[in-house]
Amino acid sequence: MTVAVIQFGGSNCDRDAVRALESLDIDAERVWHEDGLPADTTGVVVPGGFSYGDYLRAGAMAARSPIMDEVRDAAADGTPVLGVCNGAQIGCESGLTEGAFTTNKSARFQCEHVHLRVERADTPWTEHFEEGDVIEIPIAHGEGRFEITEERYDDLVDNDRVLFRYCDADGNVTDDANPNGSTHNVAGILGERESVAVLMPHPERATLPDVGGTDGENILTGFRA
Amino acid sequence: MSLLESDRELITAELGREPTPAEANLFENLWSEHCAYRSSRPLLGAFDSEGSQVVIGPGDDAAVIAVPEPDAADTPASERTRDDYSETYITLGIESHNHPSYVDPYDGAATGVGGIVRDTLSMGAYPIALADSLYFGSFDREHSQYLFEGVVEGISDYGNSIGVPTVAGSVDFHADYVGNPLVNVACVGLTDEERVVTAEAQQAGNKLVLFGNATGRDGLGGASFASEDLDEDAETEDRPAVQVGDPYSEKLLIEASETLIDENLVQSARDLGAAGLGGASSELVAKGGFGADIALDRVHQREPNMNALEILLAESQERMCYEVAPEDVDRVAEIADRFDLGCSVIGEVSEGNYTCTFDGEVVVDVDPEFLAEGAPMNDLDSVAPEPAEHDLPDADLDAAIEAVIANPNTASKRWVYRQYDHEVGLRTAMKPGDDAAIMAVRETSGDADDTTGAGTGLAISSGANPNWTTADPYGGARAVALENATNIAAKGAVPLAAVDCLNGGNPEKPDVYGGFKGIVDGLAEMCADLSTPVVGGNVSLYNDSEAGPIPPTPTLAMVGTKAGYDAPPAALSGEGELLLVGDAGDALGGSEYLNAVGGSDAFPELPENPADLVATIAEVARDESTLATHDVSHGGLAVTLAELLTADAGADVAVDDAVALFDETPGRVVIETTDPESVREAFDGVAAVESLGEATADGELSLTVGDETVELESEAVADLRDVIPETLE
Repeated sequence: MTVAVIQFGGSNCDRDAVRALESLDIDAERVWHEDGLPADTTGVVVPGGFSYGDYLRAGAMAARSPIMDEVRDAAADGTPVLGVCNGAQIGCESGLTEGAFTTNKSARFQCEHVHLRVERADTPWTEHFEEGDVIEIPIAHGEGRFEITEERYDDLVDNDRVLFRYCDADGNVTDDANPNGSTHNVAGILGERESVAVLMPHPERATLPDVGGTDGENILTGFRA
Repeated sequence: MSLLESDRELITAELGREPTPAEANLFENLWSEHCAYRSSRPLLGAFDSEGSQVVIGPGDDAAVIAVPEPDAADTPASERTRDDYSETYITLGIESHNHPSYVDPYDGAATGVGGIVRDTLSMGAYPIALADSLYFGSFDREHSQYLFEGVVEGISDYGNSIGVPTVAGSVDFHADYVGNPLVNVACVGLTDEERVVTAEAQQAGNKLVLFGNATGRDGLGGASFASEDLDEDAETEDRPAVQVGDPYSEKLLIEASETLIDENLVQSARDLGAAGLGGASSELVAKGGFGADIALDRVHQREPNMNALEILLAESQERMCYEVAPEDVDRVAEIADRFDLGCSVIGEVSEGNYTCTFDGEVVVDVDPEFLAEGAPMNDLDSVAPEPAEHDLPDADLDAAIEAVIANPNTASKRWVYRQYDHEVGLRTAMKPGDDAAIMAVRETSGDADDTTGAGTGLAISSGANPNWTTADPYGGARAVALENATNIAAKGAVPLAAVDCLNGGNPEKPDVYGGFKGIVDGLAEMCADLSTPVVGGNVSLYNDSEAGPIPPTPTLAMVGTKAGYDAPPAALSGEGELLLVGDAGDALGGSEYLNAVGGSDAFPELPENPADLVATIAEVARDESTLATHDVSHGGLAVTLAELLTADAGADVAVDDAVALFDETPGRVVIETTDPESVREAFDGVAAVESLGEATADGELSLTVGDETVELESEAVADLRDVIPETLE
């Protein structure tokens, strides 16, 4: 019974994800990508960082590594999979989720706290929230602008796949509240199943009460389901 | 630059023959100012580097300091005993990457980060925080902006990729950095009694292993390049002396290093920095009193046909030199393989000379002690600077306030720290933008997974002030030390230790050397007065160009401790009374005000009891009735108040005159409190406490100076303070 936090070369939020999950009494361990998923894997985190230095395109190399085949299989079987930041880029690159995350509108790295509006409250990641709740979670990325064709965006909306949108403190989804120019302020989306989700903001950075807010806690508890 | 003739004679006499080309180059680099501190070492004895917290002091890759137990973390360091310290250690190191950052700001700054992080790894520590102090020419010059943007991007790309948060630092602009920007980078690492490794070779017969990136021809002669003035054409001519960084390899190196330390495979370690393999391997064995036999052909290389000299001196990045017991070599190679890093056994520790062979030929054969310590020291002339006249102009108050608040030196640095990942690692309790960062060191609570705040909070502040040290090198450097201590104390922490980065111009100019002496003495004296050991540092001279020398710049990176990680913010709540604690020096020398309106003045006198003052500030900051705290420094009280202002809280403040508003004497803090009486009691006999007025709940700052009143809206102040993004974006 363990949540596997996959460590690629260049991952750098793997330790943080394990620490945050364990603070919630969710068993978790770092798994080096070449070692494959442990037999008792009950969930997968693809953590943030700069896998393979992001040298080709953010997430592109990691998405093609053998362990992602195992992750795709596990996801298809209903194992919860959460991609955060670089993990979200890897999620899109590996086909777990639609669209792509690319260079911020500012063309610079941005580390700051943002507000998210919960778009669906009936997934493992959001079951403790109400639809329309506003939560505060940090971002830290240079390539977090969600891009997708209008047609596929319409499909996402029709299929209710948008999980979080950037908003202001009052929950208004506005251009000013969009930190990176993401299409329709999309911050996080669901895969084919509700148990697969990716998001650019870092829930593990909003979990430990001794260093700040704890709004991310209720996202990570999705692994308890 | 080549080997000095007098050095060549000395070396020839010692060797009993002419040095080989490889030896001559090795001596040239290791005896350079950058490596051998020939002009500064005679002065550095001024620093006090001892204390019960100091585990390893100056001379290794980084210092190692014991972290106090949480219940002793609030006690001033001078009152602690060895028993008050836990088995959790931090490492502290600082280095400059000044010349490379002028030639190539992006790569120069990035590799500065890489270097100081490897200094941390080589002590067996995991890097937990970075602090950068950056100095550029006048902000209104396009070239300064180009360097500033490049340096920040270089630090951002490298530091963010390797997952080490950049949590503190400073940015200053001053006309005299126009030909020589400064990039000073400090790193804090975390280790413990069991994991510490030194750069001191342990035993003859142990293998020397070169670990990490392959060696190429990049960064040749960097140490000697860093030891001379920058020529006018440096940007094009000196590019080959700048290394190019690969943060992906550095991150792999961090992970591999953790594994090597976990499995206790490293006997001693030194990172490859200035003078490359020759520097690291010879220093490592010399420090342990040994020699080495190295076969340069065995080094894993990135380019074909490299010669002995290139292999020995290239400053290719992301490489470490480890001393490994023969039976552990295979396991070390396996770990390198796991992380896709190169690994070659290049030789072994010996009882004899430091020798290198290449292609069957001996190319270096020297006494390692002579190579490491034999450089003659320079005895240079110095001239002390003249004190400034008192000549204050009449200036329009409104315009002066606006000019000082909108000055890039005092303006918001959010544009900078937003580009740095300052939260990775889950330790950053107090984030950039405040007086000091606070990192959670949970390990001292006995439970590394504790989330109740039961550990020790580690406060970090880093910076210098070129206006102050231009006005008065000695007094300005004392003020820099006090200001960093005040930053820490304003967040409730007491100083633990500091490292310095001493930057100066060409020391062969007597006035430059006089100023440099002033900053060394001033910094050393104030740190001693604060009972804060200076446990390591870096010296960077020859920051001189066609445009003249830089201001003498004593960057200090100081850490302090408190129980837990909470601290009052530098933002008003609107619910308390405002007090100004600390004694003003009543002079404006070195102030942003004079910078804006012209004129001159003496540098302010500093308090005579800085240790008591700092301890009392920390004590009051920790009190529950304290709602907000912010130190007074760059820009004086005017800027402190502007920074405390929020959209929902403001203040009505009255002071006597412009001197009171713009005086930058450090060791002063504005405190918003609900219990002003207890603050007055705490400071009784320590420092003055002045009532500034009530905090208000309206987001407006009303400043009355004599009989003139200026009203400032929070939104207008925020706009003024946004000058950096407004100009660059």
